[in-house]
Parts: sequence; structure tokens; C-alpha cells
Amino acid sequence: MNSFFEFFSFADPNIRYVVLGSILLTASSAIVGSFTFLQKKALVGDAVAHAVLPGVCLSFILSGEKNPLILVVGAFVTGWLSLVLIDVIAARSKIKEDTAIGLVLSVFFGIGIFILTMIQKSGAASQTGLDQYLFGKAASLVGQDLVVFGIVATLLVLAVYFLFKEFTLIAFDKEFAISLGIPVRRVELVLTTLTVLAVVIGIQAVGVVLMAAMLITPAAAARFWTEKVITMTWLAAVFGAISGLTGAYISYVAPSMPTGPWIVVVVSTIAFFSFFMAPKKGIFYKMYHQSRIKANINDENILKALYHLGEEERNFYQQRSTEDILTKRSFERTPLFKGLRRLKRQGYLDEKDGLWTLSLEGKEKGQRVVKLHRLWELYLTEYLRIAPDHVHDDADTIEHILTPELEQRLEKLLDYPTVDPHESEIPYG
Amino acid sequence: MEALQIILAGSLVAITCGLLGCYLILRKMAMVGDAISHAVLPGIVIAFLISGSRDSVIMLLGAGLIGIFTTFLIEFFHKRGRLQTDASIGVTFTWLFAIGVILISAYAGKVDLDQDCVLYGEIAYVPIDLWITKSGTILGPRVLYIASGVLVIILVFIVLGYKELFLTTFDPAYAAAIGISTTLWHYLLMGAVSITTVASFESVGAILVVALLIAPPATAYLLTEDLKKMMILSTLLGVLISITGYYLAAAFDGPIAGGMATMAGVFFALAFVFTTTAPRLKRSIKTEKG
Amino acid sequence: MTTVRNGKKNIALELHDLTVSYDRKPVLWDVDLELPKGKLVGILGPNGAGKSTLIKAVMGLTPNSSGYVRLFDRNLDEVRDRISYVPQRESVDWDFPASVLDVVLMGRYGKLGLFKRPRKSDKEVALDCLRKVGMEAYTGRQISQLSGGQQQRVFLARALAQQADLYFMDEPFAGVDAATEKAIIGLLRDMSSKGNTVIVVHHDLQSVTEYFDWVILLNLRLVACGPTKEVFNAELLQETYGGKLTLLSDVGNLMKHQHFPNREANASRMNPLK
Repeated sequence: MNSFFEFFSFADPNIRYVVLGSILLTASSAIVGSFTFLQKKALVGDAVAHAVLPGVCLSFILSGEKNPLILVVGAFVTGWLSLVLIDVIAARSKIKEDTAIGLVLSVFFGIGIFILTMIQKSGAASQTGLDQYLFGKAASLVGQDLVVFGIVATLLVLAVYFLFKEFTLIAFDKEFAISLGIPVRRVELVLTTLTVLAVVIGIQAVGVVLMAAMLITPAAAARFWTEKVITMTWLAAVFGAISGLTGAYISYVAPSMPTGPWIVVVVSTIAFFSFFMAPKKGIFYKMYHQSRIKANINDENILKALYHLGEEERNFYQQRSTEDILTKRSFERTPLFKGLRRLKRQGYLDEKDGLWTLSLEGKEKGQRVVKLHRLWELYLTEYLRIAPDHVHDDADTIEHILTPELEQRLEKLLDYPTVDPHESEIPYG
Repeated sequence: MEALQIILAGSLVAITCGLLGCYLILRKMAMVGDAISHAVLPGIVIAFLISGSRDSVIMLLGAGLIGIFTTFLIEFFHKRGRLQTDASIGVTFTWLFAIGVILISAYAGKVDLDQDCVLYGEIAYVPIDLWITKSGTILGPRVLYIASGVLVIILVFIVLGYKELFLTTFDPAYAAAIGISTTLWHYLLMGAVSITTVASFESVGAILVVALLIAPPATAYLLTEDLKKMMILSTLLGVLISITGYYLAAAFDGPIAGGMATMAGVFFALAFVFTTTAPRLKRSIKTEKG
Repeated sequence: MTTVRNGKKNIALELHDLTVSYDRKPVLWDVDLELPKGKLVGILGPNGAGKSTLIKAVMGLTPNSSGYVRLFDRNLDEVRDRISYVPQRESVDWDFPASVLDVVLMGRYGKLGLFKRPRKSDKEVALDCLRKVGMEAYTGRQISQLSGGQQQRVFLARALAQQADLYFMDEPFAGVDAATEKAIIGLLRDMSSKGNTVIVVHHDLQSVTEYFDWVILLNLRLVACGPTKEVFNAELLQETYGGKLTLLSDVGNLMKHQHFPNREANASRMNPLK
């Protein structure tokens, strides 16, 4: 626990650098990654990440030192080369894009590993630290590195800021962007360059193997919370930053641990939480929404049954037992009682000694459902030429979904009819 | 003798990967293969921790399940969560792989695995890692038995299911219409890929196995228009990659698996240049004559 | 082929109150129809009317539907070997490493069952079918080298090799040359005159009266189904191609966006990655 406070007090300037650096790297990759994600090129990012390794190793061999600027240049060259190769292979041969991505990714990485091992075996004193590019080490972000990576990260964020509109449009509708006269090819080129740069600096914290996660996962998580690109990009940056901070902390307390995997696990946890819990789009939310709809349908069906009984006996406000309701429609017992109690709470029903009576609101609501049912039956027979004996099931579903606006259109279209195809009266309120 | 054993192990792994890879690339599922090969890592580590040894059968079974779980998860996020497929693949496999690497670091003392092994395997140790029976008889390198065992399983799978694999790959809608379950064959294939990646893991590591899954079939695909010939060519390429990769590594003192991946790329590049320029060459010769 | 004993015996396809949804949005509403055996039937309607969806639903290829389908008064699984389906030509990757004969032999797979390889007799059937579509010279040719019309002929030969009684064809005339179209329609006529039922998704209104004995007019719902002479008229065509049912599609969209439950949700049977 001590180390926790030590770390998060940020008293140590070294810690400050590392924290600042990690957050900058992960957040800027997440921002650029948002557009890679929207363009559905997430796996291309994976390929670039792997292809950066031979570039880093080669520039080390050529320069003989671990100068961050030279390594960035080397990584940039092979990262770009991999993208060009993927395009050429997919365009010039019958090989499909996914195969081209996997091929370039694995072969470039294989070459990278080959050279890296050669360097390690040669025993060059200054080689220590090159293998940090594999799984990342946030703690090694100091001095010169931080300056170089910090500048690149700032450039990335600025470029996204100024080209935001164009990036969004291209990701959304490329053809339309072309028709507007936006230089799509050049903007795409910029975006690709940004992706390569994001990978090149991001690997310092996460490592080449798992870099793809920094591009994809924060964006995928953010997508579940919003429909707006700007909000999504911000959220992705925040998610990236949180995981970057965690990475820096882990790097601090457990120096033997590679930080990349921890950063990825943190950001994946955020993503899974979003996939399940996010409002509107989350999986659990959808399940909850479905059960709400089911309950609502159940309740409307109870009101409908009571309305039918009232219609038959020409008395809507009579007390009725559950057995009476069951003569009109079969319900399972539990949903029926749950529904009855819910309707009572909402004021649609009154209860006395286990007998149920429609309230004024309850009668109106039941009447509306019956009206919609009969209107829809009429619509199906008149406009869809469906036989009157086949329209009931369909209307049983649609009666629960029609909005007041659709209701009005339906009435107007059918010219305010009075009876349905089975000669039952259509009740108007 | 040692060189021969290593080359043999490499060939067995490359052949198995290449055969399955043919179906992966034709189904446009190369990246799902990539995802599975990464995602089985935590399965391997956990199997290690539980069984305390490299007991292969448990590991193969466990990894087969994890591979199918990965495929299922990718589809689950895609279908239930409406996440686009590429992102679904990317999120799932990086997560599982990260867990695997963390487990390896955390149990570094207890698990006979390290990050290097994950990255490029330990094919150089094939001749040392012998299978010795309880009575003390030395039966030869353990990896050779596992690799040949898995190759046999995959061969049986492909021979018996040739017709179904062929049809569900080429025209899934028609396959479903005549009553062949596309889902069943999809998961069988993914299970086979999982078993293969696990069996190859010790030899070439989690990432370079992807090169062997994709590069030989892709090369063969450029050179032929017949599925059977494509699989035969993949097999030959696998052997060739193993031999040349070994000597490349020996020449530069690099890792053998890295050498194999490099050579796989070289052969693809040759085939690509040959097939894309040869027709044009022919044409230009013709026009010169004409 | 079979003598008529009672009403249903003469029916090849019966759809009862069939509703098909994609992504919860109904794309076909309450289709009821019966088709007699031995007819050459055209399915007509504007783009997005649900023509392909209809035959996919019959073949069990679309996930959600309510209502039921009867083929020869049986369920699909009981008579699968009597039914043949020809998908749209563009639905497969023609760069696939396979020969013409390989593809036509697929037509025999349903009859072969699991693990069994095609026998010599199967090969003979396949060759015979290739002859019928005029492709005998291309037996060993790789499918990547075929023209659009030739690809369609190969698909047709594959269907013929199934030796089925009922054929569903999704746009067999799309993108083929005039000679191929003529050859295909000749073959389809021949098949239906031998008692087979052939159901074809079709686009070109010009050729309808010349090609089909029976017509299904479709636009999100069934407009008409009957002999060409009776239903292929200006009034019904106007109803099929004319006014859009905006209310219907608005309700459909509402169901999709509200994640509204379908009446009956069958488990997905399609390729999980598609």
C-alpha cells in the first residue's frame, strides 16, 4: 500500500515523467485508433504494430545506438512498407485482404525476431532495452525518449484536431466525401501516417505484440457509450489514459513485469464492462430492455382482456376475478399476478378482495390496444390482401408497438373506419 | 542427426499448419487463425500450472476448448454486442494473450515457459527433449511424437471431411440448403486450428505459427487453381521452409522459427513476383513478336 | 408424375402466414400461397421486395420467421433431397481453387451422406448434367476462368445433378449473355414439362409472359400468386411496383430500433461468421 501512495502522490519527478509519458502515449494511440476503428481497419493496425519490429532492430544495427529518434524513423519506414505491401498484394493478386494482413504481419514479425535475436546474441552492450519493444516498459520512459515521444504524441493529437471533420466524413461515407471535393486520398494518407506514428510511439508503453489493443480496444469500448464521434474519441482517450496510468504504476511496483499486458488487461476490462453494461447498446441493457417490453406487452394484454370482457357485458367497470380474465386470454399465473399488481400500482386497476376493476385510465389504455389491434387487422386485409383469418397473430404484436403518430396515420389512411374485418367495432376514445 | 530432427519437427508443424491454413484463407478467416494462435496462450499456461508438466493430451484438449471459446467470444461480441468483426477479433485475442503473458511473468519460477518461448518457440531443443518411458527406454524426441500425432489427426479430419469442408468453404448457403451444418464444420475447423497451434507452440511460438498458417497456403494459392494441388504445394512448401529456415538461422546464428517465418515470406515474395509479372512478360514478348 | 388423389397431393410448395425478419425488421409480411406441381414459376417484384428472402426462408437460410413452410406436404428436413437451391452467382468467390466438375459434383453431396466420396456413377451424372447445359467441353476447367454465363450454367448443372423435384433459383439470368439466357430457359421449360417445379427469381418484366406459366408478385407482402394469364396484368403490376407501403416499413423500422421481440424466434442456422 505504501508504494501506492508513494506513486500517486507524484512526488518523485521520475514518476511524474513516467506517468505523463504513459498517459500521453496510450491516449494519443486511442485517439488515432478511434478513426482506424471507424474505418474498419482495426487489424491493419495490428499488422503495422508487428511490422515495426524489424524497423526498430535494423535502425539499431545501422546506427549502433538506442537513439529514440533514429529508432522511430526505422519503425516508421517498415510500418509504412507493411501497409504498402498489404495494399499491393490485395490489389495485384487474387489474395484477399485478410490473408495479406496476416501474411505481412507474421513475416515482418518473424524477420524482426530474427534480427533481434541476432543483436542479443552479438552481445552489444547498449542493446539492453530493445526487447522492451516486445511487451513494453513504461518505466523506461525517461529524458530524451520522453521528449521525442511527447512531441510526436502532441503532433498526433493536433493533426486529429485539425482534420477531425475530414476523418469523420471519410470513415462515415467515403463516396460522399469525394463528391464534396475533399482530397480523400491525401487525407487517408495522413490518417495512415498518423496510425503508423501512433504505433511507433505507443509500443514504448505496450510493446509491438499487444499494440493493436491500444488502437482498437479503447475505441471499441467508447463506441458503446455514444453515437457522437467527438465524444467517442474523447472517451477512448480517457480509457487509454486510465490504462496507461495503471501500466506506469505496475511498471513501478513490479519492475520485472512487462507493462504491455497489464495495460491491455485494464483496457479490455473497461471494454468488457462497456459491452455488457453500457446504456442502450450494452448486452445486459438490451436484455433488460427486452424484459421491460415483454412485461409491458403482458400488462397491455391484461388490460385488453378486461376491456374485451367489458365490451361483451357492456360494463367496463365491473369487478372481475382472474378466472374471468383467463376466459378471454391464456396467461401464465406468475406473469398474470405480477402484471395485475403492477397495473394496480400504476393506477390502471383497482383491487378489492382479489377482484379487479378497470380504472378510467385502465379502460382507456385497454381500449387503445383493442383499437390498434383492429385497425392493424383492417390495414393488413385492405392493403396487404391478407385473409381475415390470418391477420390476428400479427395484430397481436403490432398493437403494442404503434406510436400515437403511426396511429393517426393509420386512422387517416383507412379513413376512420368503424368496424374491423371481423365486424367488431373499432372504439374511438 | 540433430539438424535432421529439428528440420523434421519443423516440417511436421509447417505441413499441419499449411493444410489447415488452406481452408482458413479460402474462408477469409486468416485473422481468426491469428487470433486463435494468440488466444491459446493462457490455456497452455494454465494447463502447465495444473498438470505441472507438458502433459500433451491435457494441453491439446484444453487448448482446443480455449480456441473454440475464442471463436465463440468473437462471434458473441459481434452478434449480441453488434461490435464490428475486425474489432471483435482484435479485442478478444489481445486480451487473452495479455493474460497469458502476465501468467507467465507471475509464475516465472513455476512454469517452464518464458517470453522467448512464446515469441519464437524452442525448436532448437527438440533433440534434447526426449521421451523416456518409465522403464527407461529412450523413444526419441518428444516433440516429434506430438507433431506427427497431430498431423495424423488433421489428415484424418481433412480426408474424412473433405467433401463437407470443401462445400461449406466454397458455398455455405448451398451447403446449408442441402442439409450440411455450416456451424458444425466451422467449429470443427476452429478446434482443429486450436489443436494445431498448441502443438506448434513449443516449436515455433505463438506468433510465428501464424506465418506457417498463412504464408504457405497463400503462396500455393497463387500457383494453382486446384484445392488438392494447393494442399500438396503447401505441404512441399512447408518442408522447404523448414529446411531453408534452419540453415538461414544456422548461418546468421538467429532463431530457427524466425528463420522459417522469414523464408516463408521469401517464398511468397518469389511466387508473387513470378505470378504477377510472368503474364505481363508473356504479353510483352508476344507484342514484340507481333 | 403422381396421380392426383386429393388437394394437397398436387401442391409442391405451401407457405402459411410466413413472416420473415432480418434484424427484427420484417421484410416479408404474412405470406400465404400454394404452388401446384410441374409449373415454371417467376417471382417478381421491385428491388428490396423480398424475392430472394422468400426462397431463402423456404430453404431455412434466414434466421427469423414465423408461420410455416410445407414442401410436398412435408417439412423441409423430410424432403431435402427432393429440393434444389441455386444461390445468386455473386454469392460465392469464383477465385476458389476448384474445377467445373468439382462444383457440379457438389450436387451429389446431399445424396452421398457424411464421409462418403463421390462414386463413378455420381461422376457420370455430373458429366451428363454438364452436357445438358452445354458445358461438357469445360469439365476440367478451373472455375476462375469462366465467364458470367458459364458460371451460371455450372450452377445450373450442379442443381440438375441433385435430380430434385423442386428447384429454387435466385436470379439465374442476372448478368448472363443472351445465348445463355435462351439455353437456360429452354432447359427450365424442359424440366417443368417433365413434372418438375421450377421457381425463379426474375427481374425482366418483358420476358415474363414468354417464360413463366405462373407468377408470384411480391413487395414486402404477397400481391398476387397465380397463372401468368390471370395475374400478370397492369393493375396488379401497378400495385406491386407502384406506391410504397411507407406505413408498413415505418412499423418495421420501429420494431428494429425498439428491439421488439418477434413472434417466434428460431435459432440462427446460417454460417456464424456471415
